[in-house]
Amino acid sequence: MSYATQKLAEEKVFKDPVHRYIHVRDQVIWDLVNSKEFQRLRRIKQLGTSYLVFHGAEHSRFNHSLGVYEIVRRISDDVFHGRPEWDESERLTVLCAALLHDLGHGPFSHSFEKVFNVDHEEFTRAILTGDTEVNSILKKVSADFPAHVAEVIAKTYSNKQVVSLISSQIDADRMDYLQRDAYYTGVSYGHFDMERILRVMRPLDDQVVIKSSGMHAVEDYIMSRYQMYWQVYFHPVARSAEVILRKILQRAKELSESGYEFQQPPTHFLAFFDRSFTLADYLALDEGVLMTYFQLWINERDTILADLCDRFVNRRLFQYVDFDPGTDYKKLGELSALFKKAGIDPEYYLIDDSTSDLPYDFYRPGEEEERLPIQLLMPNGDIKELSRLSQIVDAISGKRRTDYKLYFPAELLIDGKKKAIKQQILEMLREGGI
Amino acid sequence: MLQEHARIVDFIATAEGVTGRKKLQKMVYIMKKLNVPFKEKYEFHIYGPYSEELTARIEELCDMGFLSEALEDKGSYVQYKYAVTDEGMEFRNAVAASIPKNPEAAALLNAKSARFLELASTLLYFGHLERGEQIAKLHSVKGKLNFTETEIEEAYRFLDELEQLKLS
Repeated sequence: MSYATQKLAEEKVFKDPVHRYIHVRDQVIWDLVNSKEFQRLRRIKQLGTSYLVFHGAEHSRFNHSLGVYEIVRRISDDVFHGRPEWDESERLTVLCAALLHDLGHGPFSHSFEKVFNVDHEEFTRAILTGDTEVNSILKKVSADFPAHVAEVIAKTYSNKQVVSLISSQIDADRMDYLQRDAYYTGVSYGHFDMERILRVMRPLDDQVVIKSSGMHAVEDYIMSRYQMYWQVYFHPVARSAEVILRKILQRAKELSESGYEFQQPPTHFLAFFDRSFTLADYLALDEGVLMTYFQLWINERDTILADLCDRFVNRRLFQYVDFDPGTDYKKLGELSALFKKAGIDPEYYLIDDSTSDLPYDFYRPGEEEERLPIQLLMPNGDIKELSRLSQIVDAISGKRRTDYKLYFPAELLIDGKKKAIKQQILEMLREGGI
Repeated sequence: MLQEHARIVDFIATAEGVTGRKKLQKMVYIMKKLNVPFKEKYEFHIYGPYSEELTARIEELCDMGFLSEALEDKGSYVQYKYAVTDEGMEFRNAVAASIPKNPEAAALLNAKSARFLELASTLLYFGHLERGEQIAKLHSVKGKLNFTETEIEEAYRFLDELEQLKLS
């Protein structure tokens, strides 16, 4: 029996709070789960800094990756199995892609990528095709198998049905994270009838469509997505923690480049500061490593780095106000000047943040072929875009979805010297001046 | 502050408006490849390189009143036309002074169709491959569009022309 079709002597199951059980029969999948690159995902939280708002949100990318695998396994082995439009030979490729789709995520991925200008998708590709345990396992299937799995995750694979299962506007990735994040945050949004959606999914030509009889289940999914974005993913307090995290990394980089002598040198970051990093440097990082540095940097002589780390570790987050950049951008310059006069560096303590800075997206009907929309399969065989038939989806996909916040350390504006200037700043922030 | 927003306003002003969301997506992608420092992250989608961040930022700029968005009904399809408003020009002048510009490249890109830019940006996306592999990959991911040899040659010629305008 070839490695690609080799089965375990006994099925392995993972107990899972979202899918109840995750089933593994394939030797390849079992070996991948046990690889060190996949085990690393246990040390990277799925929701980044959201645990500082929703204390239950400590779940990892390991849990989520197994969940995506399980959904795709059910589609492949049950829903699509035996359908002439589905190519059964893609089964192992799509299962591996589902399991490994987040493999390149780093610690606090979003902030890390922004500050160091790296892309987790490129690291995913590098792990799959480079000198790693995962690559050794995939190569045992066939020489070109690692590249095929990488192409599915990069969305450049020739079979678009396979790509759609992992990455589209109704894919296994979103179906798992919405339910999982709802479960771990404890919010009452994010729940939808996934069983029903899976039952009405169909492979058709080069896409995956939904039978029109399942439209209401899809509406529920779109509403869940909408509510989770506003209630969890765009939560202003979690964004405050994210802003501080970004500024810690920025400060450490700036200090290192200026020749500052750290009491605790940023050894793990140096290759990212000068962009000489290797895959091994990246894989050596996880959230435990970063948190250790943050703990130690609380005692650094640089007051900004020490303060930002203390804020992040001990949850002394920035306050925020809503602001309208359309009218307030000029006042930002004025505020920034006042911060400087007050002896507070605005680069680190006055930060604007908008929803476009966040890695989450809403449903888009793809009017101009920007993205492939969710397509409904009508009883007569016609295909129609979801929002054309669903008033609910039409209503929420036609609205502008923007939110701007201005973050600042409120307590620094109350204590200490230069009270008159600080008072002026507070008045601008509090009295609708901005 | 708001530098990423300012860069987009500046680009659309430099291009004297852009018609078509898909076209705008591909123009910004190609400009990024010409070293114009856009920060929007791109991924490959069914219609070529696409940035959700750019889509969200354009929505925000319309919301702020710095861009106008007009829907043009072309019968079988619709198109959105983007232009910088007076308020947007004021914002651009206030915030965007130090942003690198490449007006020649912007004009060349704006003169092309969305289909052509989808072709050119897809070839660029696979720029790490040999030319033969790039073309094979193009046909593999965009088989339905039936790009002809002439179109592909024209796209390469166009990309070579743009390369001369690349910012250092």
